[in-house]
Amino acid sequence: MSSKYLIFLGCAIPYRVSAFEISARKILSKLDVELVEMPEFNCCGLPLDPVSHEMMLILAARNLALAEQQGLNIITLCPGCAGTLKKVNKILKEDKMLREQINGHLKESGLEFKGTVTTKHLIQVLMEDVGLEKIKSAVVRPLTMLKVAEHNGCHILRPKEYIGFDDPEDPQTLKTLIEATGATCLDYMDETECCGAPSVGVSDKVALQLARDKLNHVKMVDAEALITICPFCHIMYDTNELRIEKMFSEVYGIPILHYPQLLGLAMGLTPEELAFNELRVNASKLLKHVTEGA
Amino acid sequence: MTETVTPKEPNREPIKSSEIDPKFKYELSRIHGSEKLLKCFQCGTCTSDCPVARYSDSYRPRQIIRMAQLGLKDRILNSDTLWLCAACFTCTDRCPQDVEVASVIRVLRNLAAEKGCVPLVFKEQAASVLESGYAYKIPELRIKKRETVGLPPLPKGNPENIRKALKGVKFAENIEKGREPK
Repeated sequence: MSSKYLIFLGCAIPYRVSAFEISARKILSKLDVELVEMPEFNCCGLPLDPVSHEMMLILAARNLALAEQQGLNIITLCPGCAGTLKKVNKILKEDKMLREQINGHLKESGLEFKGTVTTKHLIQVLMEDVGLEKIKSAVVRPLTMLKVAEHNGCHILRPKEYIGFDDPEDPQTLKTLIEATGATCLDYMDETECCGAPSVGVSDKVALQLARDKLNHVKMVDAEALITICPFCHIMYDTNELRIEKMFSEVYGIPILHYPQLLGLAMGLTPEELAFNELRVNASKLLKHVTEGA
Repeated sequence: MTETVTPKEPNREPIKSSEIDPKFKYELSRIHGSEKLLKCFQCGTCTSDCPVARYSDSYRPRQIIRMAQLGLKDRILNSDTLWLCAACFTCTDRCPQDVEVASVIRVLRNLAAEKGCVPLVFKEQAASVLESGYAYKIPELRIKKRETVGLPPLPKGNPENIRKALKGVKFAENIEKGREPK
């Protein structure tokens, strides 16, 4: 079982979600997962699928071909990137004519898609390759005092036919990984609903209403935090929480943590090491609860 | 608030036979993603499970599918509502007829984009990819800050190679044309 991966950062994480990257690198290093930086990578292609499917295919295939040159499988932190690379890998492996057409675009820069690497998102690597046992044994400070909720987001699960990971209607992986930290993971209404992020820039009104719904449902079950695994979902809830509170006269104060921040706390890392200071919604109450225990 | 799209009331004018393109559905059936368009029997699962339809007065995936089947090509391609889909793929996963609704919407958007009907945000992202390889313009300050927070340097992109790879892609070439004259 390989524990060495090429890390595909995508665009959103280096652009504005560094806490996710910082905390993910910390926990992966503690779990003996080696990360190799991916040279010359480009946008996975997903944001441009709506305007040009062909452009998306070429961009994704270029990334896959670059990884094939390195001979390493890919790990991503963004479910959108993971989904796109998985989907395009499958499409091009199955459709010879399309593969030849796309390879024609890559030829001039000396690249060729062959279909020899796989892509996994962080939580898939944690569950399938690192394994629950190893994660549990790395927990030195069980977070048994915490009750949190999870938000998977769409692209880690859908479309099912291409992603082939967990059950989109009743996903269990993230819940299980949260419970490995000792925390309780609460069920709530419409858990698998979209955060609204892809509608930002097209209609912020629709996007923020979707995020508000989610925060309302999370608040209803008294979750102390919402745990995300996607940079876009995180922006929707964390960066926009205050905006939503203002717009709809709501009060939430629910901190939104990247999963590796939660796991990192349980592994004994400090909030500083896990970049808690980058969160917009203050998490000091939750951290105090962790320190005081019970 | 960013509203690059102001969804208008859907066009409810009576349909004139002159606006129907009877071959449109066959054209769509030959494009990857919308092959199963004709299997839709209008059950409405897509619309009732659509998170966007819950808050939008105009976005209804079932309606878009029906309009495509009827051949109302221009009405669809000129409509702003087409751009409201969040691509969550719930409709695709739950469609009892396996229509891949979200992919049909993507095919329609691609056709609209070829005609130039596309919200600004997508043009900006495409321009950014051609310029830097990334969909967003990552500020220098962010790139420099990585070191101070213990992150490895951001791998340098190769926009020149990307532009080479995108040669012949109509949308990319249009964006490239718009980028050049300064």
